[in-house]
Amino acid sequence: MDINLTIIGQSIAFAVFCWFCHRYVWPLFANVLEERKRTIAEGLEAAARAEQKLESAARQSAEQLDEAKASAAGIIEQANRRSAQIIDEARQQAQMEAERIMLAAQAEIEQEANRAKEELRAQVSLIAVAGAEKILGRAVDQAANEDMLRQLAAEL
Amino acid sequence: MAAAGAESQTVQEYIVHHLSYLTFGRHPDGHWGFAHSPEEASEMGFMAIHVDTMGWSIALGAAFLLWFRRVGLRASASNPGAIQNFVESIFEFVDNRVSEGFTHKNSLIGPMALTIFVWVLLMNAMDLVPVDWITGIAAWVGEHVFGFDHMPFKIVPTTDPNITMGMSLSIFVLIIWYSIKHKGLGGFLGELAFHPFGKWMVPFNLMIEIPTMLAKPISLGLRLFGNLYAGELLFLLIAGLLGLWQLPAHFVWAVFHILVVPLQAFVFMMLTIVYLNAAHEPAH
Repeated sequence: MDINLTIIGQSIAFAVFCWFCHRYVWPLFANVLEERKRTIAEGLEAAARAEQKLESAARQSAEQLDEAKASAAGIIEQANRRSAQIIDEARQQAQMEAERIMLAAQAEIEQEANRAKEELRAQVSLIAVAGAEKILGRAVDQAANEDMLRQLAAEL
Repeated sequence: MAAAGAESQTVQEYIVHHLSYLTFGRHPDGHWGFAHSPEEASEMGFMAIHVDTMGWSIALGAAFLLWFRRVGLRASASNPGAIQNFVESIFEFVDNRVSEGFTHKNSLIGPMALTIFVWVLLMNAMDLVPVDWITGIAAWVGEHVFGFDHMPFKIVPTTDPNITMGMSLSIFVLIIWYSIKHKGLGGFLGELAFHPFGKWMVPFNLMIEIPTMLAKPISLGLRLFGNLYAGELLFLLIAGLLGLWQLPAHFVWAVFHILVVPLQAFVFMMLTIVYLNAAHEPAH
């Protein structure tokens, strides 16, 4: 084995190459890998955040949907109640109106009947006197029988 | 592939040629120049440099780092391209091994592990280039352009012990540096002297612990060298001895070697991480 200056030359070359690699090569790749690692970590974190956001948005939308359904149901119920109420009211009013019309008609009928009675009553004494005169064959003193005639009219 | 060499060389010469380095150094007479034969190269002793393996080593390391830097500068966190994905997968692979194996804080370990893994992988992978392609072209250029007969040109840096030991010794220096830094000089020497048998057995402890310590860088460097050298040598033997039969043999050995190439790069990186992690443990 011929050991000679080559061994020193190789030692120097080794030192220089190690220095060069340490100074100019290694950091380039270390930085790139570091940067990529960071980017990936950030990406994953952002994805996790987005997923969380999506979840909360879904939850929120479901809540809102539920709320909307509940309020729609409330509105419908209210409307139903209101319509029933309106119908009720209308029915009541109609009944009242009908009663009123009936009462008015009854009153009118009664009045009519009363008037007819009054008229009848006014004429009953005349009819009675005329009848009696026919029966007796002579005039009846109306004034003398005034009380009896009035009593008869009132009994009618 | 061996045919071109075999015309003018014996198999032995062919293999020796392929195992020689293009060596530039100080000749015994004092002037500097290329060694024109293995004998001349060994006469130069320590004052020489393997131009081929050193050059390939630096070229591959620089190519890897500049390419990674280029990809890194254009990298985008949100929209990575295919090339960026590829480089990032290597980066993440190394980064994961470091975070598993290294439990302390030191920003140098990651870049060092990445450098070791990719650089050693590339140097090992040169083993898969057929043995005569580049070496043959270089020998032809050497002979016809520079008048350099039988110019050797080794292209697999990790078959040169200088290359593997250069790295493992650098790591050894770091192990000692961080040991002293984190355990204190006393703690570091204490671990050598008072383990495993307490203070009455100091010489015996040192006899165990010092070789243990030295074995780490030596085994680290020689394991890589040995695996790749053996692999390369077998490619050369196949090329030199088998004639036409070398084609299926090369294929089989190359497939096996595809496993060895990344495995040895991985082992070198893992052991570096483990050794340096141990160096960061506080003294006990």
